[in-house]
Amino acid sequence: MFREIAYYPGCSIEGTAKEFDESVREICKVFGISLREIPDWNCCGSTPAHIYEPLLSAALSGRNLAIAESVGFDKVMTPCPGCLKALKGSLEAFRDPTKKEDFLRILNMPFEGRIKAVSIVQFLIEDIGVDEIERNVVFPLEGITVVPYYGCLLTRPPKFAEFDDPEQPTSMDRLLGAVGAKVPHFPFKTECCGATYGVLRKDIVGKLTGRILKMAQDLKADAIAVACPLCQQNLDLRQGQVERYRKESFEIPVIYITQIIGLALGIEPKKLGLHRLAVKPNFLFEMSRKGKENFVLEKQT
Amino acid sequence: MERLRTLTLNNTFDEHFIRLVEEESGQQISKCYQCGNCSASCNYTFVYDYPVNQIMRLIQLGQKAAVLSSRSIWLCAACTACSTRCPCNIEVTRVMEALRVMSLREGIISIKDVEVFYEEFLKSVKTFGRVFETGLLPIVNLRTGRLTNDMELAPKVFKARKLHLLPSIIKGRKEVAAIFDRFESWQHQKMAHKG
Repeated sequence: MFREIAYYPGCSIEGTAKEFDESVREICKVFGISLREIPDWNCCGSTPAHIYEPLLSAALSGRNLAIAESVGFDKVMTPCPGCLKALKGSLEAFRDPTKKEDFLRILNMPFEGRIKAVSIVQFLIEDIGVDEIERNVVFPLEGITVVPYYGCLLTRPPKFAEFDDPEQPTSMDRLLGAVGAKVPHFPFKTECCGATYGVLRKDIVGKLTGRILKMAQDLKADAIAVACPLCQQNLDLRQGQVERYRKESFEIPVIYITQIIGLALGIEPKKLGLHRLAVKPNFLFEMSRKGKENFVLEKQT
Repeated sequence: MERLRTLTLNNTFDEHFIRLVEEESGQQISKCYQCGNCSASCNYTFVYDYPVNQIMRLIQLGQKAAVLSSRSIWLCAACTACSTRCPCNIEVTRVMEALRVMSLREGIISIKDVEVFYEEFLKSVKTFGRVFETGLLPIVNLRTGRLTNDMELAPKVFKARKLHLLPSIIKGRKEVAAIFDRFESWQHQKMAHKG
């Protein structure tokens, strides 16, 4: 099976979320999916463009969709839920008769609005499938407890996301279960982490991210699985700031779900960018090493 | 200490406000019956001056100045928990978004630092076509007077080889800048039409 789909990486993937990109590309390779980066893609404008006027956001994302369409794609996948929201906003503006004309005028490119935008989680569930992932597991992550953290935008608002349940999503739970991890019920799976306020309001991220980390700790999680660069940044890179705010220590690795799946598929930790995380997932490095030794032994006997 | 504010409603009533917000957001605010589900779902009430259900009520009461100058509308992170749970199917996030756009237009933003951050972010996108993360933070810090903000994160990011010293510049940056220009002229036209 070989398939090609359009890939919109987004700006954070080039920088602070590099390991998300690396792991997405690696696991897609395993399933014969070829990711074709949208040529010369631009930033979606993120929250700032949306605040200035949703039509600016729609037009910026519209350029990326228009390019993808002109190359002949009918589906674009992006790892970032923020970028996904912008891409979908663009399609929404196109379909809204009160906005369409203004949108097209600002965009000023041929646009048919027939392309679909999905997240990597939706892509894994709907295009690859939980069973297919399970069949390809080489090192089941048995004995490891991982809590799934979905964040705000992966499943909300339902009309927009058109994926999973907005209140009790299970897609990440199922993916983690498929690779052998123990997945407790995580009550904060869709609570907000504090979004971009990490930059300007440490108190907000301290409180919101703090309680997510605390809940994960109470559930004795070895790691938190995430699918959003911003959530990952707040929970991992800012974990030290949150620890200072709460005056307690967590040391919980916050790992992209694609990295966890990749590891179970037998991909080298380094290829998945696991060494780039701020809180090091040492237990995974060890497991992968042991797993490989066992694997080699089994093959020899 | 941030405190809740009180208002004398008769003195500050603006009869057109609810219609303007309804137009701008595409939401029927008059349908809100104050069940409080939005506030119960909101993670940000602890930093708001008015909980989100009160923002909805204040719109119904024509309290334009109080709403557009509130901290709440700028501290909303658009997590959409309120929109998901509203029993009247009001997309509350859309309402908050419309209020931010109106507040920006009227120049009465309660939290200037947020505006600085957004402005610099978009400048970066307009210049390079993509946002230059490494360059953005020092400029925001400089403009908001928090010189050492987040500087302790730099070594971590640098060690993970995620820190770029040069921006990623796309070929179509002029096309992107033109989108901004067309957007700005569209906005001016819209303002002139309304004004």
